[in-house]
Amino acid sequence: MESKLLIQDKEIAVPGEILAEGMDFVPGPGTYRIGETIVASRLGLVQVDGRALKLIPMSGKYMPKRDDTIIGQVVDILFSGWRVDINSAYPGMLNIKDATSDFVSKGADLTQYYTFGDYIVTKITNVTSQKLVDLSMRGPGLKKLKGGRIISVNPSKVPRIIGKQGSMVSLIKEATYSRITVGQNGLIWIDGEPENELVAIEAIRKIENEAHLAGLTEKVKEFLDANKSRIKEVEMKPEEPEEQPERFERFDRERPRYGDRPRYNDRPPRREGDRPFNRRRFS
Amino acid sequence: MMYDLKEHVIKFLQRGLRVDGRKPLEYRDISIETGITKNAEGSARVKIGETELIVGVKMEVGSPYPDTPAEGTIIVGAELLPLSSPEFEAGPPDIQAIELARVVDRGIRESRAVSFKKLCIEPGKKIWMCVIDVVTVNDAGNLFDAAALGAMAALKTARFPEYDGEKVNYKKLTDKGLPIEEEPISVTVLKIGEHFIVDPSTEEEKVYDARLTVAIMSNGDLCALQKGGDAAVTEEEISQMIGIAVDKSKELRKHLSAI
Repeated sequence: MESKLLIQDKEIAVPGEILAEGMDFVPGPGTYRIGETIVASRLGLVQVDGRALKLIPMSGKYMPKRDDTIIGQVVDILFSGWRVDINSAYPGMLNIKDATSDFVSKGADLTQYYTFGDYIVTKITNVTSQKLVDLSMRGPGLKKLKGGRIISVNPSKVPRIIGKQGSMVSLIKEATYSRITVGQNGLIWIDGEPENELVAIEAIRKIENEAHLAGLTEKVKEFLDANKSRIKEVEMKPEEPEEQPERFERFDRERPRYGDRPRYNDRPPRREGDRPFNRRRFS
Repeated sequence: MMYDLKEHVIKFLQRGLRVDGRKPLEYRDISIETGITKNAEGSARVKIGETELIVGVKMEVGSPYPDTPAEGTIIVGAELLPLSSPEFEAGPPDIQAIELARVVDRGIRESRAVSFKKLCIEPGKKIWMCVIDVVTVNDAGNLFDAAALGAMAALKTARFPEYDGEKVNYKKLTDKGLPIEEEPISVTVLKIGEHFIVDPSTEEEKVYDARLTVAIMSNGDLCALQKGGDAAVTEEEISQMIGIAVDKSKELRKHLSAI
Protein backbone atom coordinates (compact mmCIF):
# COMPACT_ATOMS: atom_id res chain seq x y z
CA MET A 1 0.00 0.00 0.00
CA GLU A 2 1.19 3.44 -0.84
CA SER A 3 1.85 5.72 2.10
CA LYS A 4 -0.24 8.84 2.32
CA LEU A 5 -0.22 11.80 4.69
CA LEU A 6 -3.78 12.82 5.53
CA ILE A 7 -3.01 15.93 7.53
CA GLN A 8 -0.86 19.01 7.03
CA ASP A 9 1.86 20.24 9.33
CA LYS A 10 0.53 22.47 12.17
CA GLU A 11 -3.04 21.36 11.67
CA ILE A 12 -5.21 20.52 14.66
CA ALA A 13 -6.06 16.86 15.19
CA VAL A 14 -8.67 15.33 17.47
CA PRO A 15 -8.32 12.00 19.28
CA GLY A 16 -9.04 9.11 16.91
CA GLU A 17 -8.31 11.12 13.79
CA ILE A 18 -6.31 9.21 11.21
CA LEU A 19 -3.18 11.19 10.46
CA ALA A 20 -1.45 8.99 7.88
CA GLU A 21 -1.72 5.71 6.11
CA GLY A 22 1.06 3.33 5.28
CA MET A 23 4.22 2.09 6.93
CA ASP A 24 6.43 4.92 5.64
CA PHE A 25 5.37 7.08 8.56
CA VAL A 26 6.29 6.51 12.17
CA PRO A 27 4.14 7.41 15.19
CA GLY A 28 5.74 9.89 17.62
CA PRO A 29 4.51 11.17 21.00
CA GLY A 30 0.74 11.67 21.13
CA THR A 31 0.09 9.28 18.27
CA TYR A 32 -0.13 5.53 17.85
CA ARG A 33 -0.37 2.95 15.09
CA ILE A 34 -3.38 0.77 14.33
CA GLY A 35 -2.68 -1.67 11.52
CA GLU A 36 -1.15 0.49 8.82
CA THR A 37 -2.61 3.81 9.95
CA ILE A 38 -1.35 6.38 12.42
CA VAL A 39 -3.99 7.79 14.76
CA ALA A 40 -3.96 10.80 17.09
CA SER A 41 -4.43 9.98 20.77
CA ARG A 42 -4.89 13.55 22.01
CA LEU A 43 -6.19 16.93 20.90
CA GLY A 44 -3.36 19.04 19.58
CA LEU A 45 -1.19 20.43 16.81
CA VAL A 46 0.37 17.94 14.41
CA GLN A 47 4.04 18.27 13.61
CA VAL A 48 5.31 16.45 10.56
CA ASP A 49 9.02 15.91 11.02
CA GLY A 50 10.17 13.95 7.99
CA ARG A 51 8.70 10.50 8.46
CA ALA A 52 7.81 11.04 12.10
CA LEU A 53 4.42 12.40 13.16
CA LYS A 54 4.33 14.23 16.47
CA LEU A 55 1.42 15.74 18.29
CA ILE A 56 1.76 18.70 20.64
CA PRO A 57 -1.17 18.40 23.05
CA MET A 58 -3.41 21.44 23.57
CA SER A 59 -5.27 20.02 26.55
CA GLY A 60 -5.26 17.13 28.95
CA LYS A 61 -4.19 16.13 32.40
CA TYR A 62 -0.59 16.36 33.52
CA MET A 63 1.58 13.33 32.81
CA PRO A 64 4.38 13.00 35.36
CA LYS A 65 7.83 13.32 33.81
CA ARG A 66 11.23 12.83 35.39
CA ASP A 67 13.06 16.02 36.50
CA ASP A 68 9.92 18.16 36.36
CA THR A 69 9.60 20.71 39.14
CA ILE A 70 5.99 20.67 40.23
CA ILE A 71 3.65 21.92 42.94
CA GLY A 72 1.87 19.25 44.93
CA GLN A 73 -0.42 19.00 47.90
CA VAL A 74 0.19 16.57 50.75
CA VAL A 75 -2.86 14.34 50.98
CA ASP A 76 -1.67 11.49 53.18
CA ILE A 77 1.04 10.62 55.66
CA LEU A 78 2.42 7.13 55.39
CA PHE A 79 4.75 5.02 57.48
CA SER A 80 7.87 6.43 55.86
CA GLY A 81 6.79 9.44 53.86
CA TRP A 82 3.98 11.39 52.30
CA ARG A 83 1.51 10.86 49.50
CA VAL A 84 1.26 13.99 47.36
CA ASP A 85 -1.48 15.02 44.94
CA ILE A 86 0.43 16.23 41.91
CA ASN A 87 -2.57 17.33 39.82
CA SER A 88 -2.22 14.18 37.77
CA ALA A 89 -4.03 10.86 37.50
CA TYR A 90 -1.23 9.37 39.60
CA PRO A 91 -0.17 10.34 43.11
CA GLY A 92 3.43 11.18 43.97
CA MET A 93 5.39 9.64 46.82
CA LEU A 94 7.82 11.63 48.92
CA ASN A 95 10.03 9.51 51.12
CA ILE A 96 11.50 10.82 54.38
CA LYS A 97 15.01 10.32 53.12
CA ASP A 98 14.31 12.60 50.16
CA ALA A 99 12.47 15.16 52.28
CA THR A 100 14.94 16.08 55.00
CA SER A 101 18.53 15.55 56.02
CA ASP A 102 17.51 15.33 59.68
CA PHE A 103 17.70 12.06 61.50
CA VAL A 104 14.10 10.89 61.87
CA SER A 105 13.64 8.10 64.36
CA LYS A 106 11.20 5.27 63.86
CA GLY A 107 7.60 6.25 64.57
CA ALA A 108 8.39 9.99 64.67
CA ASP A 109 5.60 12.48 64.00
CA LEU A 110 5.99 13.38 60.34
CA THR A 111 3.56 16.30 60.47
CA GLN A 112 6.39 18.50 61.80
CA TYR A 113 7.83 18.45 58.29
CA TYR A 114 4.78 18.33 56.05
CA THR A 115 1.20 17.90 57.05
CA PHE A 116 -2.15 17.39 55.37
CA GLY A 117 -3.03 20.16 52.96
CA ASP A 118 0.48 21.61 52.74
CA TYR A 119 1.56 22.72 49.29
CA ILE A 120 5.15 21.91 48.34
CA VAL A 121 7.42 22.69 45.44
CA THR A 122 8.99 19.37 44.65
CA LYS A 123 10.86 17.56 41.94
CA ILE A 124 10.09 14.27 40.27
CA THR A 125 13.11 11.99 40.62
CA ASN A 126 11.68 8.92 38.95
CA VAL A 127 8.59 7.67 37.15
CA THR A 128 8.27 3.92 36.70
CA SER A 129 6.50 2.24 33.81
CA GLN A 130 3.64 1.60 36.21
CA LYS A 131 3.53 5.36 36.88
CA LEU A 132 4.78 5.24 40.44
CA VAL A 133 6.06 8.75 40.94
CA ASP A 134 8.96 9.44 43.31
CA LEU A 135 9.46 12.97 44.60
CA SER A 136 12.34 14.74 46.29
CA MET A 137 12.80 17.94 48.23
CA ARG A 138 16.57 18.02 47.78
CA GLY A 139 17.49 20.76 45.37
CA PRO A 140 17.44 24.53 44.98
CA GLY A 141 14.03 26.15 45.26
CA LEU A 142 12.28 23.08 46.58
CA LYS A 143 10.34 24.03 49.67
CA LYS A 144 7.05 24.18 51.49
CA LEU A 145 4.86 27.06 50.29
CA LYS A 146 3.64 29.46 52.95
CA GLY A 147 0.91 32.04 52.40
CA GLY A 148 -0.30 33.06 48.98
CA ARG A 149 -2.59 30.90 46.93
CA ILE A 150 -2.66 28.28 44.23
CA ILE A 151 -4.31 28.69 40.86
CA SER A 152 -4.53 25.97 38.27
CA VAL A 153 -3.92 26.27 34.54
CA ASN A 154 -3.89 23.90 31.62
CA PRO A 155 -0.62 21.90 32.04
CA SER A 156 0.11 21.97 28.32
CA LYS A 157 0.28 25.78 28.40
CA VAL A 158 2.87 25.85 31.17
CA PRO A 159 5.87 26.21 28.81
CA ARG A 160 4.35 29.40 27.36
CA ILE A 161 3.65 30.79 30.82
CA ILE A 162 7.26 30.18 31.85
CA GLY A 163 8.68 31.45 28.56
CA LYS A 164 12.22 31.07 27.31
CA GLN A 165 14.51 30.73 30.36
CA GLY A 166 11.63 31.92 32.50
CA SER A 167 11.33 35.22 30.60
CA MET A 168 7.55 35.39 30.61
CA VAL A 169 7.05 34.61 34.27
CA SER A 170 9.78 37.04 35.36
CA LEU A 171 8.14 39.72 33.19
CA ILE A 172 4.91 39.26 35.16
CA LYS A 173 6.76 38.98 38.46
CA GLU A 174 8.57 42.27 37.95
CA ALA A 175 5.57 44.15 36.60
CA THR A 176 3.21 43.05 39.38
CA TYR A 177 5.61 42.90 42.32
CA SER A 178 4.36 39.41 43.10
CA ARG A 179 6.09 36.20 43.95
CA ILE A 180 5.17 33.46 41.50
CA THR A 181 6.18 29.80 41.29
CA VAL A 182 5.04 27.83 38.26
CA GLY A 183 4.83 24.06 38.52
CA GLN A 184 5.13 21.93 35.39
CA ASN A 185 1.93 20.20 36.44
CA GLY A 186 -0.21 23.29 35.89
CA LEU A 187 -0.40 24.56 39.45
CA ILE A 188 0.86 28.09 40.04
CA TRP A 189 1.54 29.68 43.40
CA ILE A 190 1.12 33.44 43.66
CA ASP A 191 1.64 35.81 46.55
CA GLY A 192 1.54 39.58 46.35
CA GLU A 193 -0.52 42.65 47.05
CA PRO A 194 -4.19 41.87 46.31
CA GLU A 195 -4.52 44.35 43.42
CA ASN A 196 -1.26 43.26 41.84
CA GLU A 197 -2.05 39.60 42.25
CA LEU A 198 -5.29 40.03 40.30
CA VAL A 199 -3.39 41.64 37.43
CA ALA A 200 -0.85 38.81 37.50
CA ILE A 201 -3.62 36.21 37.35
CA GLU A 202 -5.31 38.02 34.48
CA ALA A 203 -1.99 38.05 32.62
CA ILE A 204 -1.55 34.32 33.20
CA ARG A 205 -5.10 33.62 31.98
CA LYS A 206 -4.36 35.73 28.91
CA ILE A 207 -1.28 33.64 28.15
CA GLU A 208 -3.27 30.48 28.69
CA ASN A 209 -5.97 31.58 26.25
CA GLU A 210 -3.60 32.86 23.59
CA ALA A 211 -0.79 30.33 24.01
CA HIS A 212 -0.97 29.19 20.39
CA LEU A 213 -0.63 32.72 18.93
CA ALA A 214 2.60 34.39 17.87
CA GLY A 215 4.02 37.52 19.51
CA LEU A 216 2.74 36.55 22.91
CA THR A 217 5.47 38.30 24.90
CA GLU A 218 4.60 41.62 23.22
CA LYS A 219 0.92 41.17 23.96
CA VAL A 220 1.58 40.41 27.60
CA LYS A 221 3.86 43.45 27.84
CA GLU A 222 1.10 45.60 26.36
CA PHE A 223 -1.42 44.13 28.75
CA LEU A 224 0.79 44.80 31.76
CA ASP A 225 1.48 48.37 30.59
CA ALA A 226 -2.23 49.00 30.08
CA ASN A 227 -2.93 47.83 33.62
CA LYS A 228 -0.11 49.75 35.22
CA SER A 229 -2.56 52.11 36.95
CA ARG A 230 -4.05 49.18 38.86
CA ILE A 231 -0.71 48.09 40.22
CA LYS A 232 0.48 49.20 43.59
CA GLU A 233 4.21 49.63 43.77
CA VAL A 234 5.69 47.89 46.73
CA GLU A 235 9.17 47.05 47.74
CA MET A 236 9.79 43.41 47.08
CA LYS A 237 10.86 41.57 50.14
CA PRO A 238 14.04 39.78 49.28
CA GLU A 239 13.40 36.08 49.06
CA GLU A 240 14.14 34.40 52.31
CA PRO A 241 17.61 32.95 52.18
CA GLU A 242 17.15 29.38 51.33
CA GLU A 243 18.10 26.81 53.85
CA GLN A 244 20.91 24.89 52.30
CA PRO A 245 20.48 21.27 53.16
CA GLU A 246 23.33 20.09 55.31
CA ARG A 247 25.78 17.83 53.63
CA PHE A 248 25.37 14.23 54.45
CA GLU A 249 28.45 13.51 56.52
CA ARG A 250 29.02 9.86 56.56
CA PHE A 251 31.17 9.82 59.66
CA ASP A 252 29.56 12.72 61.46
CA ARG A 253 29.31 11.39 64.99
CA GLU A 254 27.39 14.40 66.35
CA ARG A 255 24.15 12.96 65.15
CA PRO A 256 22.89 9.60 66.42
CA ARG A 257 22.09 7.14 63.69
CA TYR A 258 19.80 4.22 63.57
CA GLY A 259 21.58 1.19 64.98
CA ASP A 260 24.08 3.26 66.96
CA ARG A 261 25.41 1.64 70.06
CA PRO A 262 27.25 3.34 72.91
CA ARG A 263 30.87 4.11 72.06
CA TYR A 264 33.76 3.12 74.31
CA ASN A 265 34.26 6.70 75.39
CA ASP A 266 30.64 6.87 76.57
CA ARG A 267 31.49 4.36 79.26
CA PRO A 268 32.20 5.46 82.81
CA PRO A 269 35.90 5.83 83.56
CA ARG A 270 37.60 2.74 84.79
CA ARG A 271 38.13 2.41 88.49
CA GLU A 272 40.42 0.40 90.66
CA GLY A 273 39.42 -3.26 90.68
CA ASP A 274 37.49 -3.05 87.38
CA ARG A 275 37.78 -5.85 84.97
CA PRO A 276 40.25 -4.97 82.25
CA PHE A 277 38.62 -4.18 78.90
CA ASN A 278 40.16 -6.93 76.98
CA ARG A 279 39.69 -9.78 79.40
CA ARG A 280 36.85 -12.11 78.58
CA ARG A 281 34.43 -12.80 81.41
CA PHE A 282 34.24 -16.52 80.78
CA SER A 283 37.26 -18.39 79.82
CA MET B 1 -2.63 25.52 54.37
CA MET B 2 -6.35 26.15 54.82
CA TYR B 3 -5.35 28.71 57.43
CA ASP B 4 -3.04 30.33 54.88
CA LEU B 5 -5.85 30.52 52.35
CA LYS B 6 -8.17 32.12 54.87
CA GLU B 7 -5.58 34.75 55.71
CA HIS B 8 -5.16 35.41 52.01
CA VAL B 9 -8.90 35.76 51.42
CA ILE B 10 -9.18 38.15 54.36
CA LYS B 11 -6.23 40.18 53.07
CA PHE B 12 -8.18 40.69 49.85
CA LEU B 13 -11.42 41.54 51.65
CA GLN B 14 -9.67 44.21 53.69
CA ARG B 15 -9.00 45.98 50.41
CA GLY B 16 -12.61 45.49 49.33
CA LEU B 17 -11.67 42.77 46.86
CA ARG B 18 -12.35 39.07 46.40
CA VAL B 19 -9.80 36.47 45.35
CA ASP B 20 -11.43 36.26 41.92
CA GLY B 21 -11.47 40.04 41.49
CA ARG B 22 -15.11 40.67 42.35
CA LYS B 23 -16.50 43.16 44.87
CA PRO B 24 -17.64 41.59 48.17
CA LEU B 25 -21.33 41.96 47.34
CA GLU B 26 -21.17 41.15 43.66
CA TYR B 27 -22.79 38.15 42.02
CA ARG B 28 -21.28 36.34 39.07
CA ASP B 29 -23.27 36.25 35.82
CA ILE B 30 -26.55 34.40 36.23
CA SER B 31 -28.40 32.63 33.48
CA ILE B 32 -31.54 30.52 33.66
CA GLU B 33 -32.77 28.21 30.91
CA THR B 34 -36.10 26.48 31.25
CA GLY B 35 -37.70 23.49 29.59
CA ILE B 36 -34.44 21.67 29.09
CA THR B 37 -35.57 18.10 29.68
CA LYS B 38 -38.20 16.15 27.83
CA ASN B 39 -39.26 13.80 30.59
CA ALA B 40 -39.81 16.27 33.41
CA GLU B 41 -42.99 18.32 33.66
CA GLY B 42 -40.89 21.37 34.43
CA SER B 43 -37.16 21.89 34.33
CA ALA B 44 -34.46 24.54 34.53
CA ARG B 45 -30.73 24.88 34.17
CA VAL B 46 -29.13 27.58 36.28
CA LYS B 47 -25.65 28.93 35.86
CA ILE B 48 -24.01 31.29 38.32
CA GLY B 49 -20.57 31.86 36.89
CA GLU B 50 -19.04 28.41 36.57
CA THR B 51 -21.58 26.85 38.90
CA GLU B 52 -24.20 24.90 37.03
CA LEU B 53 -27.13 22.77 38.10
CA ILE B 54 -30.28 21.25 36.71
CA VAL B 55 -33.65 21.12 38.43
CA GLY B 56 -36.52 18.88 37.35
CA VAL B 57 -40.12 18.82 38.54
CA LYS B 58 -42.18 15.65 38.32
CA MET B 59 -45.90 15.54 39.13
CA GLU B 60 -47.20 12.39 40.80
CA VAL B 61 -50.55 11.38 42.18
CA GLY B 62 -50.45 10.06 45.72
CA SER B 63 -52.36 9.91 48.95
CA PRO B 64 -52.27 12.87 51.37
CA TYR B 65 -50.72 12.90 54.83
CA PRO B 66 -53.34 12.06 57.48
CA ASP B 67 -52.94 15.45 59.20
CA THR B 68 -53.47 17.43 55.99
CA PRO B 69 -56.06 15.44 54.04
CA ALA B 70 -56.90 18.25 51.62
CA GLU B 71 -53.42 19.39 50.76
CA GLY B 72 -50.92 18.37 48.15
CA THR B 73 -47.21 18.41 48.90
CA ILE B 74 -43.74 18.96 47.56
CA ILE B 75 -40.73 16.70 47.93
CA VAL B 76 -37.28 18.13 47.30
CA GLY B 77 -34.25 15.97 46.69
CA ALA B 78 -30.73 17.06 45.87
CA GLU B 79 -28.00 15.01 44.34
CA LEU B 80 -24.40 16.20 44.43
CA LEU B 81 -22.93 14.28 41.53
CA PRO B 82 -19.27 13.26 41.84
CA LEU B 83 -18.61 14.78 38.41
CA SER B 84 -19.42 18.24 39.71
CA SER B 85 -16.71 18.49 42.38
CA PRO B 86 -13.75 16.43 43.62
CA GLU B 87 -15.29 16.65 47.09
CA PHE B 88 -18.49 14.80 46.21
CA GLU B 89 -18.75 11.03 46.50
CA ALA B 90 -21.25 8.68 44.90
CA GLY B 91 -23.80 7.05 47.13
CA PRO B 92 -26.78 8.02 49.25
CA PRO B 93 -27.21 11.76 49.92
CA ASP B 94 -24.75 13.01 52.51
CA ILE B 95 -25.30 15.79 54.99
CA GLN B 96 -24.45 18.48 52.43
CA ALA B 97 -27.02 17.20 49.94
CA ILE B 98 -29.67 16.84 52.63
CA GLU B 99 -29.08 20.39 53.82
CA LEU B 100 -29.27 21.74 50.26
CA ALA B 101 -32.55 19.93 49.64
CA ARG B 102 -34.05 21.01 52.94
CA VAL B 103 -33.12 24.65 52.51
CA VAL B 104 -34.70 24.69 49.03
CA ASP B 105 -37.75 22.86 50.37
CA ARG B 106 -38.18 25.23 53.29
CA GLY B 107 -37.95 28.33 51.12
CA ILE B 108 -40.74 27.10 48.87
CA ARG B 109 -42.87 25.59 51.64
CA GLU B 110 -42.76 28.47 54.10
CA SER B 111 -43.39 31.15 51.50
CA ARG B 112 -46.41 29.14 50.32
CA ALA B 113 -45.04 29.46 46.81
CA VAL B 114 -47.11 26.50 45.66
CA SER B 115 -50.69 26.45 46.89
CA PHE B 116 -50.95 23.04 48.53
CA LYS B 117 -54.73 23.31 48.71
CA LYS B 118 -54.95 23.59 44.94
CA LEU B 119 -52.84 20.45 44.54
CA CYS B 120 -55.63 18.43 46.13
CA ILE B 121 -57.61 16.22 43.75
CA GLU B 122 -59.94 14.40 46.16
CA PRO B 123 -59.68 15.28 49.87
CA GLY B 124 -58.38 12.42 51.94
CA LYS B 125 -57.81 10.26 48.87
CA LYS B 126 -55.74 11.77 46.10
CA ILE B 127 -53.39 14.67 45.84
CA TRP B 128 -50.70 15.90 43.49
CA MET B 129 -47.19 15.40 44.80
CA CYS B 130 -44.69 17.72 43.30
CA VAL B 131 -41.24 16.12 43.25
CA ILE B 132 -38.42 18.60 42.77
CA ASP B 133 -34.99 17.15 42.02
CA VAL B 134 -31.82 19.18 42.06
CA VAL B 135 -28.80 17.74 40.26
CA THR B 136 -25.46 19.52 40.30
CA VAL B 137 -23.44 19.66 37.10
CA ASN B 138 -20.55 21.78 38.36
CA ASP B 139 -19.93 23.12 41.82
CA ALA B 140 -17.98 26.37 41.72
CA GLY B 141 -19.64 27.64 44.88
CA ASN B 142 -23.05 28.93 45.92
CA LEU B 143 -25.19 25.88 45.21
CA PHE B 144 -27.81 27.13 47.68
CA ASP B 145 -28.83 30.22 45.72
CA ALA B 146 -28.59 28.44 42.39
CA ALA B 147 -30.74 25.52 43.57
CA ALA B 148 -33.43 27.75 45.02
CA LEU B 149 -33.50 29.84 41.87
CA GLY B 150 -33.62 26.72 39.67
CA ALA B 151 -36.40 25.15 41.72
CA MET B 152 -38.59 28.22 41.36
CA ALA B 153 -37.86 28.50 37.64
CA ALA B 154 -38.73 24.84 37.12
CA LEU B 155 -41.92 25.15 39.16
CA LYS B 156 -42.99 28.22 37.21
CA THR B 157 -42.65 26.44 33.89
CA ALA B 158 -44.05 23.08 35.03
CA ARG B 159 -47.28 21.81 33.48
CA PHE B 160 -49.69 19.21 34.83
CA PRO B 161 -49.69 15.96 32.87
CA GLU B 162 -53.00 14.54 31.67
CA TYR B 163 -54.87 12.70 34.39
CA ASP B 164 -58.11 10.80 33.86
CA GLY B 165 -58.78 9.97 37.49
CA GLU B 166 -56.91 6.71 37.37
CA LYS B 167 -53.73 7.00 35.43
CA VAL B 168 -51.35 9.82 34.71
CA ASN B 169 -50.38 10.17 31.08
CA TYR B 170 -46.91 11.66 31.21
CA LYS B 171 -46.71 11.67 27.42
CA LYS B 172 -49.21 14.52 27.26
CA LEU B 173 -48.92 17.71 29.23
CA THR B 174 -51.89 20.00 29.70
CA ASP B 175 -51.68 23.79 29.44
CA LYS B 176 -52.41 24.07 33.13
CA GLY B 177 -49.49 25.35 35.14
CA LEU B 178 -48.84 24.81 38.82
CA PRO B 179 -50.64 27.03 41.33
CA ILE B 180 -47.72 29.39 41.97
CA GLU B 181 -48.67 32.14 44.38
CA GLU B 182 -45.34 33.47 45.57
CA GLU B 183 -41.78 33.65 44.32
CA PRO B 184 -39.24 33.27 47.11
CA ILE B 185 -35.61 34.12 46.43
CA SER B 186 -32.77 32.65 48.46
CA VAL B 187 -29.63 34.66 49.09
CA THR B 188 -26.71 33.21 51.02
CA VAL B 189 -24.51 35.65 52.89
CA LEU B 190 -21.13 34.46 54.17
CA LYS B 191 -19.08 35.85 56.98
CA ILE B 192 -15.32 35.56 56.63
CA GLY B 193 -13.41 37.27 59.41
CA GLU B 194 -15.36 40.49 59.87
CA HIS B 195 -16.42 40.68 56.26
CA PHE B 196 -19.66 39.76 54.54
CA ILE B 197 -19.83 38.40 51.01
CA VAL B 198 -22.46 36.95 48.72
CA ASP B 199 -22.16 34.31 46.00
CA PRO B 200 -19.06 32.54 47.36
CA SER B 201 -16.54 30.76 45.18
CA THR B 202 -15.19 27.31 46.02
CA GLU B 203 -12.19 28.81 47.82
CA GLU B 204 -14.36 31.07 49.92
CA GLU B 205 -16.65 28.19 50.82
CA LYS B 206 -13.63 26.36 52.21
CA VAL B 207 -12.69 29.11 54.65
CA TYR B 208 -15.91 30.85 55.72
CA ASP B 209 -16.80 31.31 59.38
CA ALA B 210 -20.56 31.55 59.18
CA ARG B 211 -23.21 31.37 56.52
CA LEU B 212 -26.82 32.53 56.50
CA THR B 213 -29.26 31.57 53.78
CA VAL B 214 -32.23 33.93 53.71
CA ALA B 215 -35.38 33.24 51.71
CA ILE B 216 -37.20 36.42 50.78
CA MET B 217 -40.73 36.80 49.43
CA SER B 218 -41.72 39.27 46.73
CA ASN B 219 -42.91 41.88 49.25
CA GLY B 220 -39.57 41.75 51.04
CA ASP B 221 -40.73 39.60 53.95
CA LEU B 222 -38.51 36.80 55.14
CA CYS B 223 -39.84 33.26 55.08
CA ALA B 224 -36.90 31.07 55.98
CA LEU B 225 -33.41 31.23 57.46
CA GLN B 226 -30.65 28.69 57.61
CA LYS B 227 -27.44 29.26 59.49
CA GLY B 228 -24.33 27.23 58.80
CA GLY B 229 -20.65 27.30 59.65
CA ASP B 230 -18.74 26.93 62.90
CA ALA B 231 -18.63 30.53 64.09
CA ALA B 232 -21.37 32.19 66.09
CA VAL B 233 -22.99 35.38 64.83
CA THR B 234 -24.35 38.21 66.92
CA GLU B 235 -27.85 39.58 66.64
CA GLU B 236 -26.47 42.70 65.01
CA GLU B 237 -24.54 40.66 62.45
CA ILE B 238 -27.64 38.66 61.58
CA SER B 239 -29.65 41.81 60.86
CA GLN B 240 -26.74 43.09 58.78
CA MET B 241 -26.63 39.84 56.80
CA ILE B 242 -30.41 39.89 56.30
CA GLY B 243 -30.15 43.48 55.07
CA ILE B 244 -27.59 42.43 52.46
CA ALA B 245 -29.73 39.46 51.44
CA VAL B 246 -32.91 41.54 51.02
CA ASP B 247 -30.96 44.03 48.95
CA LYS B 248 -29.43 41.36 46.72
CA SER B 249 -32.71 39.47 46.30
CA LYS B 250 -34.00 42.31 44.11
CA GLU B 251 -31.20 41.61 41.67
CA LEU B 252 -31.94 37.87 41.57
CA ARG B 253 -35.68 38.42 41.32
CA LYS B 254 -35.23 40.09 37.92
CA HIS B 255 -33.88 36.83 36.54
CA LEU B 256 -36.80 34.86 37.94
CA SER B 257 -39.48 37.34 36.86
CA ALA B 258 -38.12 37.25 33.31
CA ILE B 259 -39.29 33.64 32.93
